Amino acid sequence: MSPQEVNYLTAGHTLRSWFFTTDHKRVAILFSATITMFFFIGGGAATLMRLELATPQGDLVSSDVYNRLFSMHGIVMVWFFLIPSIPTTLGNFMVPLMIGARDLAFPRLNLTSWYLFVFGGAVTLYAIFIGGIDTGWTFYTPFSTMYSNGHVILAAVGVFITGFSSILTGLNFIVTIHRLRAPGLTWYRLPIFIWSLYATSVILVLATPVLAITLLLISLERFFGIGIFDPKLGGDPLLFQHLFWFYSHPAVYIMILPGMGVVSELVTCFSRKTLFGYKFVAWASMAIAVIGFFVWGHHMFVSGQSVFAGLVFSFMSFMVAVPSAIKVFNWTATLHKGWVSYDAPMLYALAFIGLFTIGGLTGLFLACLAFDVFVTDTYFVVAHFHYIMVGGMVTAYFGGLHYWWPKIIGRMYPEYWARAAAILIFFGFNMTFFPQFVLGVLGMPRRYHTYDPTLQVWNVLSSAGASILAIAYLLPLFYLGWSVFWGQRAGPNPWNATGLEWQTWSPPPKHNFPESPRVHRGPYVYTPEAVAVPQNA
Amino acid sequence: MHEAQPAFQYATLEQQHDAAQLGMWTFLATEVLFFGGLFVAYFVYRFGYPADFAEAGRHTKIVIGALNTAILLSSSFLVAWAVTAAKLDFGRLAAGLLVGATLLGAFFLALKGYEYVQEFRERLVPGVNFQFEAPHARGAILFFIFYFAATGLHALHVGIGLVILLAIASRARQGAYSICYHAPITVAGLYWHFVDVVWVFLFALIYLVGRSGA
Amino acid sequence: MTYWPPRIVVIAWAALLVLLGMTIFLAYEPLGNFNLLVALCIAIAKALIIMAVFMELRERSGVMIAFAAAGFFWLAILIWFSGADFITRPQFPPQL
Repeated sequence: MSPQEVNYLTAGHTLRSWFFTTDHKRVAILFSATITMFFFIGGGAATLMRLELATPQGDLVSSDVYNRLFSMHGIVMVWFFLIPSIPTTLGNFMVPLMIGARDLAFPRLNLTSWYLFVFGGAVTLYAIFIGGIDTGWTFYTPFSTMYSNGHVILAAVGVFITGFSSILTGLNFIVTIHRLRAPGLTWYRLPIFIWSLYATSVILVLATPVLAITLLLISLERFFGIGIFDPKLGGDPLLFQHLFWFYSHPAVYIMILPGMGVVSELVTCFSRKTLFGYKFVAWASMAIAVIGFFVWGHHMFVSGQSVFAGLVFSFMSFMVAVPSAIKVFNWTATLHKGWVSYDAPMLYALAFIGLFTIGGLTGLFLACLAFDVFVTDTYFVVAHFHYIMVGGMVTAYFGGLHYWWPKIIGRMYPEYWARAAAILIFFGFNMTFFPQFVLGVLGMPRRYHTYDPTLQVWNVLSSAGASILAIAYLLPLFYLGWSVFWGQRAGPNPWNATGLEWQTWSPPPKHNFPESPRVHRGPYVYTPEAVAVPQNA
Repeated sequence: MHEAQPAFQYATLEQQHDAAQLGMWTFLATEVLFFGGLFVAYFVYRFGYPADFAEAGRHTKIVIGALNTAILLSSSFLVAWAVTAAKLDFGRLAAGLLVGATLLGAFFLALKGYEYVQEFRERLVPGVNFQFEAPHARGAILFFIFYFAATGLHALHVGIGLVILLAIASRARQGAYSICYHAPITVAGLYWHFVDVVWVFLFALIYLVGRSGA
Repeated sequence: MTYWPPRIVVIAWAALLVLLGMTIFLAYEPLGNFNLLVALCIAIAKALIIMAVFMELRERSGVMIAFAAAGFFWLAILIWFSGADFITRPQFPPQL
């Protein structure tokens, strides 16, 4: 039988073989179906918000409904789309392949992670369905615990359950990368995507439990009416914020590190060059993960925390920008004098570098105490984090999806449609979010559904951009879906790349490799004539 | 040596064992941070309300607390003994020791339950019937929120541990473990010892506060 | 035929019980602010004994010891940096 006939997709057609699978590749597909659904739910909330904001008056929805919309948008996009996105889909699929293993260290734990994700998602969706919450995804106390009339405890429980899904994924990756590497695959021969996922997993494992206990505490406070975080009863609301942001700031690095890993793969493959400064890039990923734990107080500059603490967190926030900048410089140096081709994955990688730089730089502005006081809780902050999370991470996710699509499905996507979508996404994205920097500096607060009429032109630009972005994001759903049935069949290595994942069939067989590969060199080895030298050749 | 084969993604049983232990240590790190959040709240509020915490601490039952600590330490001793025994093919002994540890753990929970009932009678349960002497009530309720949250969460972990120990004991009795294959009992032992470590810190922070004061 | 526990395991158990007695005794001594420090140090000593002997860390690789230490190290970061806020506040706890 040919590789097209015997692979992980064809090995078992029953529902049981999918819903009780322990094959990391099938689990990755289960996750991608689920997170795609959540992406459109979160996107739906955003659509309603941008429709409301096209006019200065609050005429589409009431303020209470608007509060519930942005809360839903944040919760769904952060916990049910961005945090799982690359790790549970591209990560689950590619990690064993890229390290020459037959599966992850704990395959059953992997499936458990998906079921926990679905269960937590169901609870949260139910909470949203019966009315949602109005606290924002940040659950600040004492509003969330004492005054809100939304379904806070239910939403907190949903996120709590989903947190365990994150932890199990991170745990699995860490042990897998430590112990299941193929013979000859030393740490410094690992692809940067693996380094990035390792760094991400460290954050997943160490930060998420603090979120879990924090959600538990606010549930207790709300249920029993006790004042852990309520100043009227002796508590301190800032304790909640410290605990919450200790998780939620590293969480944003969960929401960018995997994207950076993807970009390293794309930039090397599509410039046919080895990565400039490999060790720097590898350790920069770890540095982001570690230093990222020291900066959370920059979300609290105006909260009432002490000035000393503000100073410390501001300084550390400057420090954390350094490894990110190192990566941007190294990618640029990799592109320099490379044989650059502009296939769709590369378009996404290039977009990432530009948009992430803007997002990152504006993050540095926000790290300055004085400037932050001026723009905190305005649309400047909203624009900053959307440039990183959407312009960065989502873009990288699409880049990786297109790059590895032939490996996952065994068929190529239609290239011209893909390039068109990438370009449309780029324009739609900038049109949506660049005006929001202006709005922020002009003083428009976030989380408000009305605004001063003089700001309307920028809001209209942003909403118009959002409509373009919405169409642009729908395009891949159609042409990728089409390619599953009618796309051109792909060989093992359609991009002529060097990684181990390209040294097996497309789609891969159930246990990945007919026999365990033996690695002889690092990733990204290309001859001066731009010929790929695979890691196991 | 024995019939046990490594799972298909592993080359050797040793690799599988190592991975299992790394996995459990990773999980234990998450537990440190999970309980750790509670400890942060404790330290912050002890710093803010030192006198209230001292007064509240004097209302805890140190005899029960000390007894419970000794019980858990001893149960850990039995588990450590059982793990080494199982590795040397003393499966029935290991099973007996694990059952002994389970009984000690159950005794721990019984004492804890008795303690909770006493505290309920003394009106020390926040959100239910909390009443405390006037100048110290604000900080005292925070102390007791920590007390019930932390010991409650800990008790839940003990309960889960009891189930795990019994399951492992049953397998040990059937001779499932040996020097070649012992990952499950080792990993279960790690979990139980960790539950003990958490209690060691809880004891220090809950039962010893304010003892040297009025 | 039976199997006696390794000597180090028995010694560890005895040491733990001795430390338990010590920490209770010292709690009743008026040491002011040092009471907390003493109690924590003894707790840390007990934890280290449990981890080194019962959890067999003393026989494990550096990687595993690093994994074991990581949780505590990260908790220290949380306590240290949030502590930096609370102990430098002009007024804590917040009064209404």
